[in-house]
Amino acid sequence: MSTTDKASTEAPHSEDSAEAAATAEAEAAATAEATAEAAAGAQLSTAPQEEAATAPVGIGVLGWARWFWRQLTSMRVALILLLLLSLASIPGSLIPQTQVDEMKVAVWKQEHASWVTVAEKLQLFDVYSSVWFSAIYLLLFISLIGCILPRSWQFVGQLRGRPPGAPKRLDRLPAYATWRTEKSPGEVLSYAKTMLGERRFRTEAGGNAVAAEKGYLREAGNLLFHIALIVMLIAFAWGQYFKSEGGKLVLRGKGFSNTLTQYDDFKHGALFESDDLPPFSFTLDKFDSAYERTGPQKGTARDFKAYVTFSEGADGKPQKREIEVNKPLEVDGSKVYLLGHGYAPVISVTDPTGKVIFKDAVPMLPQDSNLSSTGAVKVTDGYKNKDGKKEQLGFAAMFVPTFAGEGKGTMFSQFPELDYPVLALNAWHGSLGVDSGLPQNVYQLDTSKMEQFKGADGQLLKQRMRPGETMTLPDGAGTVKFEGIERWATFSITQQPGSGLALGGAIAAIGGLAGSLFIQRRRIWVRAVAGEDGVTVVEMAGLGRSESPKLPEELTVLSAELHQQAPTASAPPVEATVEVEGERK
Amino acid sequence: MSSLAVVADADLAQASNYLVYSSMAVYTLAFLAHIAEWIFGSRSKVGRTAAALTGAGVRAADAPAVQVRGKGGTAVLDKPKVVTRSASGARDVPDGPGAAGGTVQGDLYGRIAVSLTALAFLIEAAGVIARATSVRRAPWGNMYEFSLTFSTVAVGAYLTLLVLKKNVRWMGLILVTTVLLDLGIATTWLYTASDQLVPALHSYWLWIHVSTAIICGAVFYIGATGTVLYLFRDGYESRLARGEQPGRFATSVMERLPAAATLDKFSYRINAAFFPLWTFTIIAGAIWAGDAWGRYWGWDPKEVWSFVTWVAYACYLHARATAGWKGRKAAYLALFAFACWIWNYYGVNILLNGKHSYAGV
Ligand code: HEM
Repeated sequence: MSTTDKASTEAPHSEDSAEAAATAEAEAAATAEATAEAAAGAQLSTAPQEEAATAPVGIGVLGWARWFWRQLTSMRVALILLLLLSLASIPGSLIPQTQVDEMKVAVWKQEHASWVTVAEKLQLFDVYSSVWFSAIYLLLFISLIGCILPRSWQFVGQLRGRPPGAPKRLDRLPAYATWRTEKSPGEVLSYAKTMLGERRFRTEAGGNAVAAEKGYLREAGNLLFHIALIVMLIAFAWGQYFKSEGGKLVLRGKGFSNTLTQYDDFKHGALFESDDLPPFSFTLDKFDSAYERTGPQKGTARDFKAYVTFSEGADGKPQKREIEVNKPLEVDGSKVYLLGHGYAPVISVTDPTGKVIFKDAVPMLPQDSNLSSTGAVKVTDGYKNKDGKKEQLGFAAMFVPTFAGEGKGTMFSQFPELDYPVLALNAWHGSLGVDSGLPQNVYQLDTSKMEQFKGADGQLLKQRMRPGETMTLPDGAGTVKFEGIERWATFSITQQPGSGLALGGAIAAIGGLAGSLFIQRRRIWVRAVAGEDGVTVVEMAGLGRSESPKLPEELTVLSAELHQQAPTASAPPVEATVEVEGERK
Repeated sequence: MSSLAVVADADLAQASNYLVYSSMAVYTLAFLAHIAEWIFGSRSKVGRTAAALTGAGVRAADAPAVQVRGKGGTAVLDKPKVVTRSASGARDVPDGPGAAGGTVQGDLYGRIAVSLTALAFLIEAAGVIARATSVRRAPWGNMYEFSLTFSTVAVGAYLTLLVLKKNVRWMGLILVTTVLLDLGIATTWLYTASDQLVPALHSYWLWIHVSTAIICGAVFYIGATGTVLYLFRDGYESRLARGEQPGRFATSVMERLPAAATLDKFSYRINAAFFPLWTFTIIAGAIWAGDAWGRYWGWDPKEVWSFVTWVAYACYLHARATAGWKGRKAAYLALFAFACWIWNYYGVNILLNGKHSYAGV
């Protein structure tokens, strides 16, 4: 039973059902009826037939290849691959991924040292680009293509085909109605054909019956959905190869123009070329932020806004724009996102002669949500010490926008806004090591070739400053002044080609899916035969892809309409038979 | 600058809390009424058997119908009668009469339970709206608010099905029980004071993405309830078919439920109907992520689990189309898919840190 009725209707209990209780007679009847239904339901869908897992037919490579291909493109294997895909994506959510957050991966590796080798072998830090994950989805997509192509051809064939003739016993079908009328069979059938045709059924008259079919869009939707999946995959791949993503910290009043050299960091796909960067520039005019002032969520960010003056092209007209967290600036295929923000104390340094040799806003890197920040002030050029020798100066800095108050312990900010800004510095001199050719972290001081200034008491020189205050370096080495505070914001500038295609694919997928799941493909047959007493017996029956309450409802409407044109004969009932049927809604 | 942040309206927030507690009280009454319905229903075996045969006391859809097909027809017949039969292979088992078992008293308590549920739903919905108004934003900023909306939508979906005259009263007791559980967890462990959103959530996509996510979850929950009951009822029917006699309690409960085939179809329809919406939810999330974080898909834990849930439901839909996987096996897949959804909702928010962590969980 479970194989013969495949193509026609759903049989939720084909295996573990009441079969044990069924008598041989019932089973034979069921098989006969299933065969009838199978014929009537043939080609009602393009789903591949379930094949028994038999060994390859014929010997040799070709036989095996054919067998393998047939397995790969079967529904059963598609199902297993789908299940595998869902299971295979799970580890990537439990173990940190390099692709998502490298810092977390490093922390995990420290905490689970003994697992690291195994995890690395299994590519558990790169699940979504791992060999095994790729293998599953590639197989799935080969299977998908292998499934779609023949189904599409088959569907085109079905579109040209005609609905199959009426099965012998219409009363075996899921929905059935019958009555007797005085109209002739020919009249009834022609009424039926017109009625069904008006309802956009595809009809076919043959013998004593009319066959009709509707709902081809279901199949079309299903194919569209699966094709859209392929389109989305191609779009993702395209995006991966051509994308670019860079970060840039911009101080208030400063600008950025979109060339490779301006980026703080830059990542790109394998096929990206730097000519692909669209020319544009912008200046950060103002940055606003708002935070919760009271309550349990004090300090939580509420609103960020960057006001920029933006010009498109090499020398476009400047325009005012705002960039918010959810509202990137879009330019010619690129998007500019507001990522983060922070403070940059403005610091000036004088040399022993009193000449200002450095004055700049120095961005500090936020360490917590209240913007306790750290950074480094590096004076690379222009400083000569008291003996006239060239040296470099370095200051390790901690900045808090809202200081807890004198005597209240550490340099941890109490609130992200500038309620009580304090800068703490300690000062070094010597070589910053910036010329060594090694890449340097701008927020950190490499003190390996430096010496710390010592205060009068021989202690290390450390000072907390409020804006406007000055720190005097010992022995007339100069002064450092905390002039004021600037703000900065970080922007991410990304280019992700293919996202339009992916979106198109996604919309097509939803549309196709809706068609596939909400449209019923179904067949209706109307048969009219002259009975022995000369009165015509009309029979109507319906069959759908799956049992749906809509089919009987539709048949009720259709039969009522046909009944109006071919009303019940007024002949008295001869004898009544009682039939008990399991009725379902 | 701080004027940008709207201060939460404390009075409305407080009102919302009172409304939520009141709805819990009314749900508790509905729970008791359902219990009464089941108890009275268990008493009247005779009434139930009779009801099952004649359709008296229950709606026709719940009972096997007896069709008298007159050979000659009659003049009074203004419409031909459509006879339906289930597909070959399905057990021809009639649906049970429902929790009330066809008893008048049971039915009365059942109706009271449904009315109380409707009342509790209105109160709870008012609580959600008060909460939303207190902060002038969508009420989905944290898990407390998700949980409130989640149960409101689930009950709303149930009541909608009832209004559409679908036979779903059998799930009333389970639904009310789990809603109470959900609200209990929400008010004791997940409670977060009414407040503004972090900037990443300032977007109209919040309305689109989160609302559809909650609707899908709530409806999938109803589908999963049907699936679980299907598994029980199917087991019961197989045992009967094998000639075994299940225990008295099991019999009393199971024989009043709809037939396994009906439950199975019910959950399939629910899941299939909302799968496109779930697909849309994920895509809307991806578009939002594209605006908020500069990439539309980044394998963040929440994204991973949405994907797993989606693939699992796709797997379930495929299974339904494949002969060897129908019935129980497909049902297990449906439950796996829903378990993924729930895990994505509670587990991922609480246990796995991703970009999807908001103020106060
Ligand atoms: C990326 C992987 C796939 C996904 C996410 C997917 C998803 C879906 C979904 C959600 C449905 C339900 C729509 C419906 O019931 O009409 C469906 C149906 C279907 N899929 Fe797939 N599918 C995938 C791959 C495949 C493959 C590889 C095959 C071929 C072997 C296939 C063949 C089918 C068929 C024949 C149906 C229609 C079943 C029916 O008419 O009831 N699918 N698919």
